[in-house]
Amino acid sequence: MTEPGAMTQRLRETCRRLLEEGKVQVVIGWGGAGRLASPTQAESPAPLSFPTQAEPHAPLSGTPAPRPVFITRAEDAEKLEWNDRCFANLTVYLTRKEVKALGKAAVVVKGCDERSLVVLEKESQIERGSLHAIGMVCEGVGTPREAKCAGCEVRVPRFADETIGEAEGAAASATAVASRLDGLMAKSPAERWAFWTAEFARCVKCYACRQVCPLCYCERCIADKNRPVAIETSASARGNFAWHITRAFHLAARCIGCGECSRACPAGIPLGLLNQSLAQATEEDFGYRPGMDPKAEPVFGNWSPADKEDFIR
Amino acid sequence: MTAQFEPKIVAYVCNWCTYLGADLAGTNRLEYPPNVRILRLPCTGRIDFNLIVKAFEMGADAVLVSGCHPGDCHYTAGNYHARRRWMLFRRLLDTLGIETERVHFAWISAAEGKKWQQVIGEITEKTRQMGPYAAYQELSEAAK
Repeated sequence: MTEPGAMTQRLRETCRRLLEEGKVQVVIGWGGAGRLASPTQAESPAPLSFPTQAEPHAPLSGTPAPRPVFITRAEDAEKLEWNDRCFANLTVYLTRKEVKALGKAAVVVKGCDERSLVVLEKESQIERGSLHAIGMVCEGVGTPREAKCAGCEVRVPRFADETIGEAEGAAASATAVASRLDGLMAKSPAERWAFWTAEFARCVKCYACRQVCPLCYCERCIADKNRPVAIETSASARGNFAWHITRAFHLAARCIGCGECSRACPAGIPLGLLNQSLAQATEEDFGYRPGMDPKAEPVFGNWSPADKEDFIR
Repeated sequence: MTAQFEPKIVAYVCNWCTYLGADLAGTNRLEYPPNVRILRLPCTGRIDFNLIVKAFEMGADAVLVSGCHPGDCHYTAGNYHARRRWMLFRRLLDTLGIETERVHFAWISAAEGKKWQQVIGEITEKTRQMGPYAAYQELSEAAK
């Protein structure tokens, strides 16, 4: 197995080469000391406390996680890092105007991030040919590992233009954990309602969940439209439900489960649970997993006469 | 004397089948409960899930979405697209703990005035038994 340090070196070399040869104008990677690690990396007390009884806000740890960096000069390649705290899904930047303006991009991806590349290409948001993907073989991120890393099937990136790290011993780790979602779904609907009412009560509608999502790329979000107002703008109980229903459903059968929404949420709302639940239904009903098979037809925009309709009179 | 609870039901119907079915019920003098508010849209494929949310926000106790039978869509496949969407949307409602028994779906053709009468009768009766959708209405109360 390649040591993380060695992988960082190889990543930097790759970046330097790509920029020197002029193959790309910008490399999007992780680097430097940035924001604190994932909220799940609990150590010290939370810097902010929110009135909740459901789930205390997981405190931020003292270990900084590398933040997104945009390398445009070969000599800056030294800023790149690779370690098990490279949480961010960097593909979110590919659809941003400011980043597109920099020229052809290379993006560093983990196997899970790469799934969003597949979806973005399917939705004609990126041209795969005019993009260079650097895949990192990943042992999982976070200490302890993020929930999504258990049972990971994409430790080795599958479609990257070049891959750094050894694929050996890269077998999927055990089965997926009995997730928090199972626990939630085992409750009664009234209990679930109470759970989400308490969680959403902390939402301040900062829209970090939207900004950080690689698949929330609409230039003008429905939440920002005001003629007429489709989604109530206030961070009231009603407005929060309207927003979170919309966010989750606009990602139905598209979400690749990177979990960035939950990680970005300053109030620690487990937004990813809604997406996971929809992903589960998508797999059960349509056998479709977004971003896994580039040849698979997306669920929405298609239909089949055989779709089940046991809920329709 | 206590007034009987009269549920508010919002029905989003398609222009080509269910709206005409409801019209047929009217011209045939078929009686059905006046609890339903009919909103006509071009097609079930046009019925955005936000409209269902909106109805609850505005105090609906139940919502009906109804359109052409599979194969009969005026726009060929709008109802097929809608059917897929509702399959997943129901899961989201369930995950959030929103009462899925208050969201109804039906295929009612232009010739099925009788079915319209039955469906509205059933939904009204069921919603009356369930009572007002207090959980969602409390959200709106809090917003005031």
